[in-house]
Amino acid sequence: MSDPVLVVVFYLISAITVVAALGVVLTRNIVYAAVFLVGTFAGVAGIFVLLNADFLAAVQLLVYAGAIAILIIFAIMMTRDTRKGSRSNEQRWPAFIMAVLMLAVLLGGISQTIWPVSVLAPLETTTEKLGKLLLNEYILPFEVVSVLLVAAMIGAIVISRED
Amino acid sequence: MNLYLLGPELSLIGLAFLVILVDLATHNKNVVAALAGIGLVVPAAWAVSLWGQTASSFYGALVVDSYSIFFKLLFIAAAALVILMSVQYSKRFAPYQGEYYAVILLATAGMMFMASTQELISIYISLELASISLYVLASFLKDAKSSEAGIKYLLLGAVSSAVLLYGMALLYGATGSTKLNEIAQAIQESMQRDQGAVLPAIVLGAIFMAGGFGFKIAAVPFQMWAPDVYEGAPTPITGFLTGASKAAGFAVILRVFFVALGNQAPLPVDWPALFAVLSALTMTVGNLSAIPQANIKRMLAYSSIAHAGFILVGVAAFSSQGVGGVAYYLLGYMFTSMGAFAAIVAISERLGSDQIADYSGLARRAPLLALILAICLISLIGLPPTVGFVAKIYVFWAALQQGLLWLVLFGVLNSVISAYYYLRVVKAMYLGAPASEEPLPVSRTLVVALAVAVIAVLAIGIFPQPWLDFGTGAAIVLIP
Repeated sequence: MSDPVLVVVFYLISAITVVAALGVVLTRNIVYAAVFLVGTFAGVAGIFVLLNADFLAAVQLLVYAGAIAILIIFAIMMTRDTRKGSRSNEQRWPAFIMAVLMLAVLLGGISQTIWPVSVLAPLETTTEKLGKLLLNEYILPFEVVSVLLVAAMIGAIVISRED
Repeated sequence: MNLYLLGPELSLIGLAFLVILVDLATHNKNVVAALAGIGLVVPAAWAVSLWGQTASSFYGALVVDSYSIFFKLLFIAAAALVILMSVQYSKRFAPYQGEYYAVILLATAGMMFMASTQELISIYISLELASISLYVLASFLKDAKSSEAGIKYLLLGAVSSAVLLYGMALLYGATGSTKLNEIAQAIQESMQRDQGAVLPAIVLGAIFMAGGFGFKIAAVPFQMWAPDVYEGAPTPITGFLTGASKAAGFAVILRVFFVALGNQAPLPVDWPALFAVLSALTMTVGNLSAIPQANIKRMLAYSSIAHAGFILVGVAAFSSQGVGGVAYYLLGYMFTSMGAFAAIVAISERLGSDQIADYSGLARRAPLLALILAICLISLIGLPPTVGFVAKIYVFWAALQQGLLWLVLFGVLNSVISAYYYLRVVKAMYLGAPASEEPLPVSRTLVVALAVAVIAVLAIGIFPQPWLDFGTGAAIVLIP
C-alpha cells in the first residue's frame, strides 16, 4: 500500500464506509438506514479489494450487499408501516457514550500494538487457497456450519409457520 | 483424520436426523421422545469408550481428552433429563414435538463441540450451533412471553457473538494463529521480546472474548437477558439453559484462558483478579435481585446468575484444584437445577402457575414432590448432605489456597443471603395452607427425571470422592 494512488483510494473508500455507517444509525427512516447499510457493505468490499482479498470482496458483495440487504428490506416491508417512520430511540445518548468509549478503547489498543506483519508477497488469487484450507485444515468447522444451517432452518420453519 | 474420535458428536447428529425422519412417519410422539432419549445411549457409550485417551484430529480442531469427555457426558446427561421432562410438557407445542427433540439434540452436539475444540473458528461455530438451537427452543411456546424470550435472547446473543468475534480477530491479528496452543506460544514469545510487556491487542482481545463467553454463562454485567429468557422459555429448556448451556460456556472459558492466555509465566494479565471481581459482582447482583421475585422461574434465573458467580470463584483460583472444583460444581449444579425445574414442570402442569404464592401447602398435596424440590433448593443454598455443599466447599477451598480470602468471605456471605429466598419456597410448601387437599399426580417420565436428579444430588453430595476424582481428572488436562 505504498502506491500513493492506492492510499488515496483507501481513504476515499474508508470515508464512504464510515459515512454510510453513520447514516445507518443516525437516520430516522428505517428504509434509508437499510440503503445506507448497503453502502457500508460495499465499502467494506472495496477495502477487501485493496487488501488483495478478491474472493472475500466478491462474497461480501454477493452475500451482504446483495442477499442480506434485500432480506432486510423485505423484512422491513413485511413487518411495519414505513410511512410512519421509525420510533425514536430513548437510549441514544447512553448508546452514544458507550460507542465513543468503545471507539477510544479500540483505537488506543490497536494503535499501541506493534502488529506482526507477514513478509510474504500477497497472493494473486485467493479462491483456490481458501478452498483448500476450508476442505483441509478447517474441514471440521466447515462441516459443523452445515449442521448449524439445518438447526437454523428447522427453527425458522417452526417459528414462522402459522398453525 | 480420525472419524472414530468424532463418534459421540457424529452419532448425536445422526440421532437428531433420525428423530426428524421418524417424526414424519408416526403420529405417536412418545415414540419420538423415546427414540431421542434412548438413542442418547450411543453417543454416551462412545464418549465413555474414549475416556482416558488424549488425541487430536482434524488438524487440531478436535481434541479428545478427559476434560472434553467429562463435559460431553455432562451435556448428554442434561439432554436426557430435558427429554424426560418434556414428554408431557411438549404436548403444548403439539405439531412440532419431533423438531423440538431434534433441536435439543443439535444444541447438545454444539455444546459437545464447544468442549472439545482447541481452535478459535471451531469454538465460534460450535457456540453458534448451540446458541441458535437454544434461541429456537426458547421461543417454542410461541406465546407472548416465549416469543419475547426468543427475540431477546437472539438479539443480545448476536451482540455478544459480535463482541466475541471482535476479540478473536484481535487475538488472531496479534498472534497469527487460531489454535490455542500456538496462540499461547506466540504470546510467550512476544512477551520475551518486549521484556514482559504484553501487546495491548492481546489484552483487548482476551477481554472481549471474556465478554462474549460471559454472556453464555450469564455473568454480570452480561446477565440482562437471563431473567426474561429463563422466565419465558419452556420450563425444560430453562433447565437446559441453566444446567448445560452454562456448563458449555465454562468449558470454553476454562480451555481458552488456561491453554491460550494463562499458560505463560508470569501471566500476561492478572486474570485471577479479573475473574475474582467478575465473580464477586455476579454473585452479589444475582442474589440481591433474586430476593424480591414472586415467580419461581424468575427467582431461579437470578439464582443461576448467582451460581455463575460461585463457579467463577473456582476459575479465579486459577489452579488445578480450582478447575477440578469448577467441573465438580458444574456437574452438581446441572443435576440440582434439572431436579428443581423438573419439579416446577410437574407442579405447573397441575397448578397452571409458577408463582411462589401458589406453592402454599404443597407438602400436603404432593409430599414427595415437595421433598424433592426442597432437597434441590437446599443443594442450591449449599447445605449438607447435598452436592451443593461439597461443591461450594471445594471451590472456596481452592480460592483460599490462592489467598483469595476476601472472595471466599464474599461467597459465604452471599450463600447466607441466598438461604433466605430459597427457604421462602420451602416455608411456603411446608407451612403454608393448601388451596385444596386434592393430591397432585405426576406423570411417569417426570418421576424418572425427578428420581434421577435427586438421587444424583444426594449421591454426588454424600459420596463426593469418585466424582471429585472425575472432575480433577478432567482438570489435569488443562493444568498438569
